Amino acid sequence: MNGRILATLFFEPSTRTRMSFESAIARLGGTTLSVGSVDACSMAKGETLADTIRVVSGYADAIVIRHPKEGAARLAAEFSSVPVINAGDGAGQHPSQTLLDLYTIRQSMPIEGTDIALIGDLRYGRTAHSLASALSLYNVRLHTLSPAGLELPETLAAELRQAGMEIVSHDTIEDLIGDVDVLYVTRVQRERFPDSASYFNVSSSYRITPEILSGAREHLIVLHPLPRVDEIDPRVDESPHARYFEQSRNGIPVRMAMLMEVLK
Amino acid sequence: MKNPESGENEGLLVRRIKNGTVIDHIAPGEALNVVKILGITGTTQEALSIATNVQSGNMGRKDIVKLTNRELSKEEVNRIALISPNATINIVRNFKVVEKKGVEIPRLIEGIVRCPNPGCISNTSEPIRSRFEVLPKGLHCCYCDWVITRDLTSHII
Repeated sequence: MNGRILATLFFEPSTRTRMSFESAIARLGGTTLSVGSVDACSMAKGETLADTIRVVSGYADAIVIRHPKEGAARLAAEFSSVPVINAGDGAGQHPSQTLLDLYTIRQSMPIEGTDIALIGDLRYGRTAHSLASALSLYNVRLHTLSPAGLELPETLAAELRQAGMEIVSHDTIEDLIGDVDVLYVTRVQRERFPDSASYFNVSSSYRITPEILSGAREHLIVLHPLPRVDEIDPRVDESPHARYFEQSRNGIPVRMAMLMEVLK
Repeated sequence: MKNPESGENEGLLVRRIKNGTVIDHIAPGEALNVVKILGITGTTQEALSIATNVQSGNMGRKDIVKLTNRELSKEEVNRIALISPNATINIVRNFKVVEKKGVEIPRLIEGIVRCPNPGCISNTSEPIRSRFEVLPKGLHCCYCDWVITRDLTSHII
């Protein structure tokens, strides 16, 4: 990959995804080209994404894009002359995260035949959407727990069921903790709630603590795409169940593999 | 043509056309949507006749649209299938039907339906047309994966 150039176009904030792609291409011997802050780039001057992509694809060998609109990566792929990797499109998908999620689960257990719980904002959470879609390719029972109004989108749930997936929805963590092999926890964003009181009410009832985990299966693993806020008690970090930092580290080898695949 | 109320023959509700297209067997009440889906507005040139809820032997009631001096293309015809899959198209030249065809549901539709997802990239100023794949479960947005399962006509651009 010596001399290969990866353009990173992040029109939304990112820490892990952006840095791990940059680290991955550096470890492969390539370099990164970045727009810097969104405020300073031509999109802020009113340029269309299509034009930005047409220009940037002339500067780089592949493009990684994160954008607030759903379908932005697909549009980018239509206008790009080089491969485009979706690093998150609005409330849509986050497929590279899913690959590292699957890899992390696979390190601990076979994916086939497991019970996997998705917890948190399943309506707008793109990591949950992509993971659920990918898991429908396996024989997995999906358990869901989300605040009212933030459930899995009905069209996605219908698609998963059509693919043969069993979906069990729960009202409390206690209700599902003894029945699952993986807890996939996502952040519930404060802005989804009308006021701070109702946010704290919900976020505290979804918090993963050592006490909650005392009722879990021995081999259960806790995953989180990070950043976490209040969803996982820091005391859980020392527990053998905690795998979220390892999951984050797995972003490097998985993204290196992706880059090798698209740049070969 | 029979009056739908009385069942009596009262003559043609709309006149025969010399040249153009007659879209027959449109689902009752859908004629205006057919006109909309074809992009015909008050500012276009076609002479247009519409009959709605007329009596039909097979359908009970049906709508008819007659377009003077315009022969619809296959792509235009297939758009109609989205809202009225049983419609038939008659191409008329010199008062004679020279071609009669049914409609086929297209695999892809572009620029006809607006994605209901406000967060979809196709609802921005990007230089693209909306694009939907026609699936048994509904219309699937090729950009954001939203699926329109009902009330299609309210999403027509």
